[in-house]
Amino acid sequence: MWSIVKTIWTVFLHAFQKRITVQYPEEGFNLPPRYRGRIILSRDPDGGERCVACYLCAVACPVDCIALQATQDETGRRYPEFFRINFSRCIFCGYCEEACPTYAIQLTPDFHMSEYNRRNLVYEKDDLLINGPGKYPGYSFWQISGVKIGGKDKGEAEREARPTDLQSLLP
Amino acid sequence: MSLWSIAVVLGVLFGVLTLAAALIWVERRLLALWQDRYGPNRVGPFGVLQVAADMIKIFTKQDWIPPFADKPVFVIAPAIIVVTVLLAFAVVPFAPGIVVEDLNIGILFFLGMSSLGVYSIILGGWASNNKYALLGSLRASAQMLSYEVFMGLSLMGVVVLAGSFRLSDIVEAQRGLWFAIPQLPGLILFMIAGSAESRRIPFDLPESESELVAGYHVEYSGMKFGMFFVGEYLGLILISSMITTLFLGGWLGPVLPPLAWFFIKTFALIAFFVLVRASLPRPRFDQVMSWGWKTMLPLALLNIAATGAAVLWRQGGQ
Repeated sequence: MWSIVKTIWTVFLHAFQKRITVQYPEEGFNLPPRYRGRIILSRDPDGGERCVACYLCAVACPVDCIALQATQDETGRRYPEFFRINFSRCIFCGYCEEACPTYAIQLTPDFHMSEYNRRNLVYEKDDLLINGPGKYPGYSFWQISGVKIGGKDKGEAEREARPTDLQSLLP
Repeated sequence: MSLWSIAVVLGVLFGVLTLAAALIWVERRLLALWQDRYGPNRVGPFGVLQVAADMIKIFTKQDWIPPFADKPVFVIAPAIIVVTVLLAFAVVPFAPGIVVEDLNIGILFFLGMSSLGVYSIILGGWASNNKYALLGSLRASAQMLSYEVFMGLSLMGVVVLAGSFRLSDIVEAQRGLWFAIPQLPGLILFMIAGSAESRRIPFDLPESESELVAGYHVEYSGMKFGMFFVGEYLGLILISSMITTLFLGGWLGPVLPPLAWFFIKTFALIAFFVLVRASLPRPRFDQVMSWGWKTMLPLALLNIAATGAAVLWRQGGQ
């Protein structure tokens, strides 16, 4: 009997407590930086596209919402000719981000993606590319990979040894 | 019938029905208040137009009568509860002169009408031809029968003190001291019985969503379902206004006009019932029954005996 009275009193005291509800459209709130929201394509610190069009994200995607076509520029640097994510299919699982070998594809804490027309949820490369390195500042795939592209020969990458000269007899 | 009495009838009818509709919003806001939320606050100022939105929704919903139901009874059942509760409002004195019919057996009329309300639930559950509905209405009948017994008995102390069954006389008898103080056990017993009568949450076993889906109104939809809820809210207002009249001095109070005092007290009681709903879980059915018969009924009898003895002793002393 006493416990019932105490319960009612405790619940009554909750009237003076802070509300838990966030008045969403008017009040914003901060999501953790690793929240899995809208997908973006990031760039190198020097401004080039990070994506090397390896298709690993498209393969990893469980709902097949990523479509892309690989191509190369004249210097041998691979990039996607088009890169398309259908966000009406995307389940924001983050497998594409895990699969990406170059940190190009990243999930962001933005989720305000409502559209009246379903077709508007198909994002093209222009919509996905951002002007920065995203969550990995300073990382540049082409600068540490051993692949030869324009302006960087084999052995000129960071912490990369010069290739062995097979014609030389010196050790 | 004079113009004034017609005005009172219409005023009570519309006032009470509007209040019952507004309670949808009030209850949701109050529950939210005690659960650290805001409740409906989008439609109109503070969300008051939520009531209008709910009404539009419930009136335009498909009103489905299941083919296996007993059609005439199924249709009549939700109306019974609203009619009986509204009839019970006829004897409630809102202020001196503002009462539909000041019967000299007002309390008995109120008890009779609130007992008739149980037919609505039994018939609704029976006519639905559904085992959950039937179980719900079985529980309702058992619960309401056992709680009605001491509901009536808990009021007899007030009647003994006031010396009348007429509600306006009972209010006048509280000029010196509200009956809530000499009749505190009666007040607590009547509150418990009242919330069991109006099937509110600690005693919503006829409805119990977790075990009986929705209990007696599981087959109801649209406004027929709405009628059960209007009936429940009307019952809540009725119980609160009866407690106000019988124990809290009705319209009596300083400065403010009598009607205002009546509404303040009634609303405070409604808020208290919502608070109880927010706090307490639903007991097991056998606990409800044994609590009613083995604890509340003897307490009510003791209360009458003690009150009667006190009144007689005081008369003998003169």
